[in-house]
Amino acid sequence: MMLLELFKTFFIIGFISFGGGYATIPIIEMEVTAHQWMTTEEFTDIIGIAGMSPGPIATNCAVFVGYQTAGFAGAVASTAGVILPSLIVILILAVFFYRANKNPIVQSAFYGLRPIIVSLIVYAAIKFAFSSGMVTTLSNESFSLLLIFIFSLLALTKFHLHPAVVIILSGLAGVALYT
Amino acid sequence: MNKKWKLLAEIFFTFFKIGPVTFGGGYAMIPLIEKEVVTKKKWMQTNDITDVVALAGSAPGAMAINSATFVGYRIAGVSGAIAAMIGILLPTFLIVVGLSIFYLYFNDNPKIEAAFHGIGPAVVALICLAAYKLAPTAIIDKTTLVIASIAVLLLFFLHIHPVVMILGGIAAGICLVKIRTWLGYKTKLDGLKQKVG
Repeated sequence: MMLLELFKTFFIIGFISFGGGYATIPIIEMEVTAHQWMTTEEFTDIIGIAGMSPGPIATNCAVFVGYQTAGFAGAVASTAGVILPSLIVILILAVFFYRANKNPIVQSAFYGLRPIIVSLIVYAAIKFAFSSGMVTTLSNESFSLLLIFIFSLLALTKFHLHPAVVIILSGLAGVALYT
Repeated sequence: MNKKWKLLAEIFFTFFKIGPVTFGGGYAMIPLIEKEVVTKKKWMQTNDITDVVALAGSAPGAMAINSATFVGYRIAGVSGAIAAMIGILLPTFLIVVGLSIFYLYFNDNPKIEAAFHGIGPAVVALICLAAYKLAPTAIIDKTTLVIASIAVLLLFFLHIHPVVMILGGIAAGICLVKIRTWLGYKTKLDGLKQKVG
């Protein structure tokens, strides 16, 4: 039952996707490769497209993985899976613990949780730096990939270019350099 | 009954309109929600938005979807929450399905392959940016710096599953703060100073 498996996997991912964005990436990557739905390289492509699309990156990845694995029904299954935990937790919080964020236990839980979220994002960066071919023995290719990385970082931080623009520009650089 | 459906449809379309604009998601869309929900529709008041941000941030999942869901709940209960959630999700869902179809057809094309080869490092840059933006609210003292550093090493060298890391972080946070309180130290728990509205 592929659809059920997609739903179940993304349901679990949804529950632990604190911070929403890029912290969820290594979790999805681990699950997707463990199920052999995709390779790490294919998954890097998907983050590129997910980062270019509007909407939250984790949800976009879910739609993508679902569609690639089991078509439109797969996309619906994985998306429903990833957002259902948010709905459940929000409703519980809204009904019972309206002031949950003022609770000292919740606050100290987040005190420990937030650095973990940062570490997950850093881990994702290291992992994809390896799979992108940018950190290998120095060659023309790895050097040019490193340059794309540096220019992208500058464009994002110094010039505040929109992420979608940075992805499109680096894609064009890829076409120019590697065909 | 009819009135209820009309309200749900209105909630759905309000968030449907916000959906495609939520590029990058996160806190960027809060002012947009405020404009629609407080200024235009008068469903909520400005100081309610602070609750929205706090609650959406403490639930798992994306900020944008969580905020919409909570606002929907406040306006029209559980069915309102579902209407708002589907509303904000549907546009991006359809866009990403469209892009998936495109990817499925063209990922063997050598030009597209080359483009993705170039996009790889840009993705790494985007992820670095996300960490850089989040770090000041998460790494607020020596303890949190140590937690983050140990976590990266555990993930990288021992391949500990992220679920274990997240549960471990929650446990470590609660224990460390308790121990410190017993020892008579006070822990500043929040590095986050959000400005909303």
